[in-house]
Amino acid sequence: MPAELTRILPQSVPLSWYLILSAILFSLGVAGFLFRRNIITVFMSIELMLNAVNLTFVAFSYHLKQVDGHIFSFFVMVVAAAEAAVGLAIILTVFKNRSTLEIDEVNSMKL
Amino acid sequence: MDALLFLTFAGIAVLCGINLILQTHPISSALSLVGVMGSLAVLYLLLGGAFIAAVQLIVYAGAVMVLFVFVIMLLNAGAERKSSKPAVRAWISLPLIFTFVILLGGLIASRAPADAAVRFGEFTGGTAANIGRALFTAYLLPFEVTSILILIAILGAVVLARKEI
Repeated sequence: MPAELTRILPQSVPLSWYLILSAILFSLGVAGFLFRRNIITVFMSIELMLNAVNLTFVAFSYHLKQVDGHIFSFFVMVVAAAEAAVGLAIILTVFKNRSTLEIDEVNSMKL
Repeated sequence: MDALLFLTFAGIAVLCGINLILQTHPISSALSLVGVMGSLAVLYLLLGGAFIAAVQLIVYAGAVMVLFVFVIMLLNAGAERKSSKPAVRAWISLPLIFTFVILLGGLIASRAPADAAVRFGEFTGGTAANIGRALFTAYLLPFEVTSILILIAILGAVVLARKEI
């Protein structure tokens, strides 16, 4: 590593950098959820939000020197896996009945 | 070295996240999501979560994303069409999202413990042994309830994917 780079960069990373990264990733997930109209991409944005929250859990677990944050993050992964299985089955059914993946066209529950 | 690794993989994660919401084809979005998950696994390693990094790669980047790519291929999902409706939603939600990020960043900057620094190797509690011990003692009930959740998810997926619904 070049010597200038080691001088500029701090030896350790502040905890808040991890939290801010997590906030940015969460907001990107929210933006994708709101802007995209393909139902699969919307679903992937939800996964991005779950990942961002997991990063916060693991970062605070480091800060508190406890393993509980890892356990929470593990349970979030379990729920996300179950949610992905059911959600993708729902997407398959929607596509079979309507032959579309656009969320604007799936509107039979709208008033 | 810590800062260099963090900045590299945080940058990859943010760029892949932006790419996820800008791409119109679902396959490109799925590959960007794999990039986000892989770089988050490296960040978990930096935070001392060896087990959770492995699970992130195996379960998330492996199993869940294979399921996504499988469904995209199965439905032959093409690129998103241009919307004919005016983008009112975009004009309302974009400032709101920016405000949300700025507020959250300010909150973190003001409330987060100022002296808290992350050094690689200072916390090594996230091994499989420690997590297993916590999972089978303090968190035994949630762990067992998870099995019921997964059973319901299997049944739900099977019922939903039948022919005549």
